[in-house]
Amino acid sequence: MCGIAGIINFNCAEEKQNLLGRMIGMIRHRGPDSAGIYINGPAGLGHARLSIIDLQTGDQPIHNEDRTVWVIFNGEIFNYPELRQELLDRGHCFYTHSDTEVLVHLYEENGPEMFSKLNGQFAIALWDKTKECLLLARDRVGIRPLFYHHEHGRIVFGSEIKAVFADNTISRKLDPQTIADIFTCWTPLGTSTPFLDIFQVRPGHYALFSKDGLTERSYWQLSYSFPEEESRSVGEWTEELEELVKDAARIRLRADVPVGAYLSGGIDSTYISSLVRNNFDNLLSTFSVSFADEKFNESSFQEIAVNALQTKHHVINCHNEDIGDIFPKVVWHTETPVIRTAPAPLYLLSGLVRKNGFKVVLTGEGADEIFAGYNIFKEDKVRRFWSRYPDSTFRYRLLEKLYPYIFTKENEKAAKFLTGFFKRGLQDVDSPVYSHILRWHNTSQVKTFFNPDFIADTGDLEQFVSRFTSMLPNDFMSWKTLSRAQYIENTIFMSNYLLSSQGDRMAMANSIEGRYPFLDYRVIEFACRVPVKFRMNGLEEKYILKKAAAGLVPEKLIKRPKQPYRAPISPCFFGKKSPAYVSTMLSEYAVQQNGYFDDKKVTGLIKKSRNQNGKLLSERENMALVGIISTQLLDHLFIKNFPQQIDCHAEDMIIYND
Amino acid sequence: MSDTKEKVRAFIVENFMFGNDEGLSDDTSFLEQGIIDSTGVLELVDFLEETFSIKVDDEELIPENLDSIQNLVVYLSKKQQQAA
Repeated sequence: MCGIAGIINFNCAEEKQNLLGRMIGMIRHRGPDSAGIYINGPAGLGHARLSIIDLQTGDQPIHNEDRTVWVIFNGEIFNYPELRQELLDRGHCFYTHSDTEVLVHLYEENGPEMFSKLNGQFAIALWDKTKECLLLARDRVGIRPLFYHHEHGRIVFGSEIKAVFADNTISRKLDPQTIADIFTCWTPLGTSTPFLDIFQVRPGHYALFSKDGLTERSYWQLSYSFPEEESRSVGEWTEELEELVKDAARIRLRADVPVGAYLSGGIDSTYISSLVRNNFDNLLSTFSVSFADEKFNESSFQEIAVNALQTKHHVINCHNEDIGDIFPKVVWHTETPVIRTAPAPLYLLSGLVRKNGFKVVLTGEGADEIFAGYNIFKEDKVRRFWSRYPDSTFRYRLLEKLYPYIFTKENEKAAKFLTGFFKRGLQDVDSPVYSHILRWHNTSQVKTFFNPDFIADTGDLEQFVSRFTSMLPNDFMSWKTLSRAQYIENTIFMSNYLLSSQGDRMAMANSIEGRYPFLDYRVIEFACRVPVKFRMNGLEEKYILKKAAAGLVPEKLIKRPKQPYRAPISPCFFGKKSPAYVSTMLSEYAVQQNGYFDDKKVTGLIKKSRNQNGKLLSERENMALVGIISTQLLDHLFIKNFPQQIDCHAEDMIIYND
Repeated sequence: MSDTKEKVRAFIVENFMFGNDEGLSDDTSFLEQGIIDSTGVLELVDFLEETFSIKVDDEELIPENLDSIQNLVVYLSKKQQQAA
């Protein structure tokens, strides 16, 4: 795991060493163990290393036999031993034992076709000196990040946007369209990022940059275009799942340092930890976050898992004030506005892992997406069921089961009123985004806090939907409705938020690498083939995963109602101890000066929260609060006060010039 | 009557729209326009009970009574007549 950065300039010879040093300096948290750069002709590549595989000789950049192909790489290729053997058989010579080195030889064999042969999580930059071309690539679902800025024959790229901004000739401005999109669906769409003229290589894509310009191609796409295999029994499906996930976990233990695991108290992480504990590592160390606020706390479930698994367990207890205190650091790492505080506790959790001397953790991320665990999938099903008899007095009551935290005892009397929210657009069942439109509509209400001038050209929800649907696969509408909902959830929420703001960024902030057995592409492709009724049976989510987990995971964890991972919001910023930055960032002056939000509305929101002892009751107001604070912080950290002095000193770097 | 309407309107604008009443007319649906979200209805009920000294019964918590300024005004006048 590491950080990568680089510059290719076909226009003119530019001094690259200092800039590469600054770029690597910006992302040194991703790779504190060593650093190296390669400078030759138009190309400059930089690398910060977190040593996990081949601790002795795995320093990067790494080259091929005749030093004409150079690579820098962030991530892991889990099938590298198999690939290495194949490449040795074909006569390639290796000078290290690292997984990185297979990349240069695989490129010699396959060119850009190489990426579909990799089973891993990666961001790769590969320079072909002879052809003078650069390949940038990301893993299939976007576990590892890769950003770039491109203009007139020059490209600057890095694992994080801050590395790109180390080049102070690149302007730093927020993109109103993307910010408006984030306040609709939580994340940017496509190649865009919160910053103007900064782009991301999309998951499952590679970009080729040469004198002819920049082209991007897809090498893998999530697809549900399979005929249902009706004849296979649930037992056969379950058996295949067990084998695949076990193997996915097995190859994710490949490391020359110890590997730990996160335990959330749910089925997914407990299942992974059980597989590891029972098959590969009976001294497993596990890590959890608990919350001082009981509403969010899952520690009683985590204890059930620990008692059953008998792992060496570590817990960090997260208080509301902790979230408030670290939030500016969280935004420095997410590099995007967020409308939830949920990344913050994960930052604390990766800190706990680091403190205990670990660099690598396995987690259960991805299972809810690929095996249909989220409420949004059930909501889609219930609303479709309800839409057939909209006047039915009992059909909508199924919603109460899905959202016990909305339909609470306190809210009980308002139930009839609340169902009004779910009735919106009930009959639009032919919309490709039927599953998500309600959520997007609710979230986009937060846009009323924007300064109208800032979002003047960004369009409404309808335009957002048409931009999004134009990106959908051609045969999308021929898929089952559950598959459609999963595709939307996986490509937007999982890739651009969960794996980024809650995943890579929060772990790498403390130099921790997360590994996700459920996101092995073999597991994903398998899950796409599983018949809908075995993904969600009736209204039972993750049906087939629960079948596989029975016997391994304590029954109490399998039977417990699904609790979404959430963290406290308004009390973190306006509770007993309101952090000093909050009043600075939200002052009328600061809000007016930045011009993103309506300062009167922001003041009104703060007043309301203060009047209620820091408590905002409504979902929307909480989202608005986090969205506003994080946007203001993003401006403060990346636009107004971007650090100019962070350097990776030359004496710390290995420099290659050939 | 108009006093009731003004009070209701002021509360909606202050508490849910944070001072900006753009797009709010007497028959604007709070639900449709997303002015009130799922928990906001409880704040609304608290306000009605405190300000107008009434008790909102469970079966009265329906959009027909609560989902616009106009609906609220009609509902409140009915309640006040009952009390009188």
